[in-house]
Amino acid sequence: MSAVLPAQPANASGAVAVGRRSAARPYHFIVALLLLVFPFVASDFWIVQIGAQSLILGVIALSLMFLAGYGGMVSLAQMTVAGVAAYMIAIFGVSTTGSGLGWPWWAVIPWAIAIATLYATLVGALSVRTEGIYTIMITLAIGMATFYLAQQNYTVFNGFDGFKGLEPPHLFDVDSREPLPFYFLSLAVAAVCYFFVLYVSRSTFGLSLQAIRDNARRMRALGYNVTLHRIVAYSLAGLIAALGGVLSVWYNGRVSPGSIGISPIINILIIAVMGGMLRPAGPFVGAIVFVLLQTFAIDFIDRERFNTLIGTVFFLVVLFSTDGLLGLWERVRVRLTAPRAGVTSGQRDGAEGQR
Amino acid sequence: MKHKFRRALLAAALGIGVAAAAGAGAQEIKIGALATLEGPFAVPGQDSMRGVELALSEVNYTIAGKKVNLIKGSSNANPDVAVNAARKLVEQDKVDILIGPLSGSEGLAVKDYAKTQPNTTFLNGSSAAQDTTLRDPAPNFYRFSTDGAQWMAGLGEYAYKTKGYKKVAVVAEDYSFPYTQVMGFMVPYCAAGGKVPEKFWVPLGTKDYSSVIAKLPQDVDAIYVALGGADAVNFLTQYQQGGGNKPLIGGSITTDQTVLAAKGRIRDALIGTPAAGPIADSWDNPKWKAFVAAYKKKFPDGLPSPSLFAHAYYVETKAAIAALEQVKGDLSGNQAKLRKALSSLKLDTPTGMVSLDENRNAIADMFLTEVAVGQGGILYNKVVKVIPQVNQSMNMDKAKFLALGPVSRTNPECR
Amino acid sequence: MRLLILTFLNGLTLAALYFMVASGFTLVFGLMRQINLAHGSLYLLGGYVGYEVSQMAGSWFLGVGAGFVAMAVIGLLLQTLLFRFMEGQELRQTLVTIGLSIIAADLMLAKWGGLSYQFDPPEWLFGSTPMPIINAYPTYRLFLLGVAIVIGVLLWFFLTRTRVGMMIRAGVDDRAILSASGVNVQLVFAITFAIGAGLAGFAGVVGGTALSIAPGEDSRYLLASLVVVIVGGMGSVPGAAIGAVLVGLAEQFGLAYTPTYGIMFTFVIMVAVLAVRPQGILGRRA
Repeated sequence: MSAVLPAQPANASGAVAVGRRSAARPYHFIVALLLLVFPFVASDFWIVQIGAQSLILGVIALSLMFLAGYGGMVSLAQMTVAGVAAYMIAIFGVSTTGSGLGWPWWAVIPWAIAIATLYATLVGALSVRTEGIYTIMITLAIGMATFYLAQQNYTVFNGFDGFKGLEPPHLFDVDSREPLPFYFLSLAVAAVCYFFVLYVSRSTFGLSLQAIRDNARRMRALGYNVTLHRIVAYSLAGLIAALGGVLSVWYNGRVSPGSIGISPIINILIIAVMGGMLRPAGPFVGAIVFVLLQTFAIDFIDRERFNTLIGTVFFLVVLFSTDGLLGLWERVRVRLTAPRAGVTSGQRDGAEGQR
Repeated sequence: MKHKFRRALLAAALGIGVAAAAGAGAQEIKIGALATLEGPFAVPGQDSMRGVELALSEVNYTIAGKKVNLIKGSSNANPDVAVNAARKLVEQDKVDILIGPLSGSEGLAVKDYAKTQPNTTFLNGSSAAQDTTLRDPAPNFYRFSTDGAQWMAGLGEYAYKTKGYKKVAVVAEDYSFPYTQVMGFMVPYCAAGGKVPEKFWVPLGTKDYSSVIAKLPQDVDAIYVALGGADAVNFLTQYQQGGGNKPLIGGSITTDQTVLAAKGRIRDALIGTPAAGPIADSWDNPKWKAFVAAYKKKFPDGLPSPSLFAHAYYVETKAAIAALEQVKGDLSGNQAKLRKALSSLKLDTPTGMVSLDENRNAIADMFLTEVAVGQGGILYNKVVKVIPQVNQSMNMDKAKFLALGPVSRTNPECR
Repeated sequence: MRLLILTFLNGLTLAALYFMVASGFTLVFGLMRQINLAHGSLYLLGGYVGYEVSQMAGSWFLGVGAGFVAMAVIGLLLQTLLFRFMEGQELRQTLVTIGLSIIAADLMLAKWGGLSYQFDPPEWLFGSTPMPIINAYPTYRLFLLGVAIVIGVLLWFFLTRTRVGMMIRAGVDDRAILSASGVNVQLVFAITFAIGAGLAGFAGVVGGTALSIAPGEDSRYLLASLVVVIVGGMGSVPGAAIGAVLVGLAEQFGLAYTPTYGIMFTFVIMVAVLAVRPQGILGRRA
């Protein structure tokens, strides 16, 4: 079966250059500064609905990007993993309606993350033998089966209505329901996940994973345990998604089957693909664009046609770029900064990430 | 990357523009309307917006000298989406009053959200789950429309005593609103002596009813169907095709205009079906007729007759308008005067007088109907009886009613 | 006993519908290795087009034909204008077709609204057939079963007894050699895709008559096609038949005997098959 994803851009020697793009550049600092300063000049709505929501969606999409970009496995079950974490918080934690078991935050948060990661490992174990489109299908099926389980079961999952009244904990005298603290909490989690993914991608494990993505048979011949590597990748991605899930249940204050249905699942895919699946910044870019479109589409086109808008944007991005918006940006940047003479076609093709 | 930045800039500019407009809103009243413009209830959602627009156009979008700015929000019957849409309307667009949502489970979620936004007044749309106001109500959530159990007033007794159905099977969607409807039917029905041997709960949006139809008991006298929109059309078609011929009893949205207007051959199955609800298409009453005429005039490509969704949103908007006029548009002090006016409002609507109980839920007249064929072969709901001033405990003793417990798949039961 | 027979018949007739929808999908994947996730949208659009035509012309059969032809044309356009340039890039195809399906679903919602549309098949098709033990069964569903069998036979005939069919089968086995032997592969692809899309549109009208068409049907039938094709094996038409029967029966028995969790069965089966034998029952590993 042919390769599913566009190849990592290669430098002249053909080696996969992972670290090349991670050198700190001026605009990295600008972005970091913006992220830190923005909440002090924006309204509450912007801080939470736009800022925090983008960060949370970005984290969940980051887990998809990690699996797809570095592992070559497109998993549609990441939103479901996040949802499992959310449900665990609801079922075992404290809620204003008294519906949970009432475990304190320092017990329920690790527990939720652990259960969600376990679930992700299970998903990985089931999906590890599949490739390409089959991975997409099996993870989608697992996600849908979980959705129906949550919707139909009232004793554990409270069915269609789900759980409500879920609030972030009151830590160190800071009420994290307030916009500023919640934003910085989300930012901290997003930053940790982002740098974690960057670190892993350059670690031995990460490099092996990418090598497996490129040629699993060769890696097997070299003696690597391909299956184990892949399953561990699912677990790590699950961990990231679980963090996103905990934040999301606090953001929404509720969780219901609708949070893990087909729409949210596809939304995460759209976000990850739109932003670009080759670099960890991609999902966050995709998330911001998605959230902005979703929130303001109703103001400048008929809200009812929001789906046409997002579908068209997604369609165009996928059609014209193999790496989402970041890929398009990369192409434009290269074109603008390419030296006049002496640019070999190989170098240009490599930089543009073409196959 | 040009596109990304241009779009981001545009969105930012828009956001700032909207925020600026919010600040300049001293001379205008912002009303947000939230309905299911997507998903399984898209058609009722559209009709709801028509109700809001009709009410506002009657006062020319001006209340107490101030212009009204109507901002619409969209959901899809999913509680999370409804809350997100409500958040945008309340926190970003800074509406003073939010009218909505449409669907039962959405109402429960929006009520909880209302508790976190004490500075905004929330009026219900048409959501009719019982516990939105009966248990744990929000002090700033007002429901001038009635709940699903109230809508069933009179039907249980009619089915047992007049129609003579001693045993009934129930087919309904699996969420809070049909649970409420089924309770409203069963409590009086069982009290009169009726039995409900089996209930079939189907997930919202089910298309294939063949397995449900296969399991319907043969020895019941009638089938109570509380499905809405596309679900109702599908069930009725397949039931007919499968040779089913038991008489039907309708829930309020099963024989609503949105189903009666559906194209196809299920109409034969519907003729003569008794149902109950907050409106009756053919009621011979001047105020109702004027309302229908105004709806038809303003919306020539709307439904043949306003649905209960249009009616509910219309009534809620009228309540907002009436209360605002009473306090001369004074929204100061956390809208205190407005809230007081709303709580004590006695509203004259096309379907009679409406007032609120202590949980801010409406007390209104209900209609017992039967489906009949009208002019041009169009199906409509003919009035059998008007049941006056039904309150949320269905005019039973309130303590006894509360003791029945919250509605669910298994409450109530009477096998 | 009655319930058992009814459920069995329900499962079989549902399988007939799933087979009709899935056969087009598997044909396209089998030959062109192409994932068309807009297949469900073709189903729904075919249904709507067929509805409009049948209303205008007053004939249900014309509506069926219109559904087939219209979708075949659209399939042709999609293949020649879009998919031809994305050969071999599976993920890209998947994503592009997802985008297309989102746009299509929304535009269809805008044009036809949220109402459910019911067709008017001829009198003799509507109503019930008397049967032993269960008293009556919807005639139309039996008709569906018949149609699916006819389609299956026609497809088999087309694939095994015609020249084009031979080329398609050769292409499934080895596309490079097919091209090397002088066959216009792009033409064969276009024909195959047109047939696949046409089948979806045909199923849209025929299936929509049984179960009505409304927004949301596209994702439902897409998911169903995926499960059927994966269980049966991608690229195998007999596999699609077997997969359809398995899925249809499992779904109906699940809904009849374990109604609360019956809807999960389809997905659980898909997970089980993919985990244990990813190429499906009759499929072959690429």
